[in-house]
Amino acid sequence: MKAHLTRRYRFSASHRLHNDRLSADENRATYGKCNNPHGHGHNYSVEVTVSGPVDPATGMVCNLVDLDDAVQREVLDRFDLGNLNLAQEFANAVPTTENLCVAIYDILRRAFRHAHLDRVRVEETMLNSFEYAGDAAPPE
Amino acid sequence: MVYLTRKAEFSASHYYHNPELSAAENQRLFGKCNNPNGHGHNYTLEVTVKGHVDPRSGFVVDLKQLKEILNREVLDAMDHRFLNKEVPEFLHQIPTTENLAIAIWRRLSPKLTQAKLHRVRVYETPDLYVDVYGEA
Repeated sequence: MKAHLTRRYRFSASHRLHNDRLSADENRATYGKCNNPHGHGHNYSVEVTVSGPVDPATGMVCNLVDLDDAVQREVLDRFDLGNLNLAQEFANAVPTTENLCVAIYDILRRAFRHAHLDRVRVEETMLNSFEYAGDAAPPE
Repeated sequence: MVYLTRKAEFSASHYYHNPELSAAENQRLFGKCNNPNGHGHNYTLEVTVKGHVDPRSGFVVDLKQLKEILNREVLDAMDHRFLNKEVPEFLHQIPTTENLAIAIWRRLSPKLTQAKLHRVRVYETPDLYVDVYGEA
C-alpha cells in the first residue's frame, strides 16, 4: 500500500510585494500594505508531502534524515532569516507565497530523489495557506 | 459524496529495528529510534469515511458506531501499549508511522459497512503525519 508522508518545517523571512513593471500607484493598488518599501516578514510553515511504497526493510517511504537534510540544505538555509526579494528565485518574480510555494516545489523536485514529491504547502500566516503539486507554468 | 472525519488520540511506545540487519546497520538507518528500550508518542488518528447522506438519518455514518469501531479495533489494541511487543502486526514488522497507518487501514476497512473508508491519517507528532488511501 502506498503511503504519503508529510513533514512540517518552519522558517522566517521578509519580503516586499512589488512589480517593477507596474507604476507606484498600480503597485499600491495591487499589493496594499505588502508594498511597503521597507518590507515586512512572516513566520512561514512549509509542509512537504512525499509518497511511495513502504520499504519492507525499513518500514519507511524514505528516511526522514534524508528529507530533513534536503529541506534544510535547499530550502531553510536558502530562505530562513533572509529577504526573499534578494533570493535568486525572485530576481524576476514577486515573492508572493504562491510563487514561494512553486519555487520550493521546484527546488525539492530537483534536489530530493528518495521518494516522489507529491505536494508543497506553505502557510504564510495561520489564515493563509497555498499548495502546489506541480504542473503550473513557471513564473515570468 | 460526503466525507466525514473522526479524530482519536492514543499514546504508545515503539522502537525501530530490523533483525535481518547488523547492529551497526540498524544504528545507521534508525539512529535514536533504534534504542531497544523504546520511546513514545502521542499519536493522533484521523479516520475519513465517505458515502452518501442517508435521507432518513441525515448521516453518512452513525458516529457512535464509528467511534465504537475505532475504540475496539485501534485504541483498545494500541493505546498505552509497546507496539513492538503487544500489537500483532508489529511483532515482525517495524512500527513506523507508515506501517502504523497501513495496519490501522487494514483493521478498519473490513469493519466499516455503512460508509467506505477513504483515508487514514496518523500524526506521530504535530509536524509529521502519514496518509494512506488503501490500494487505490
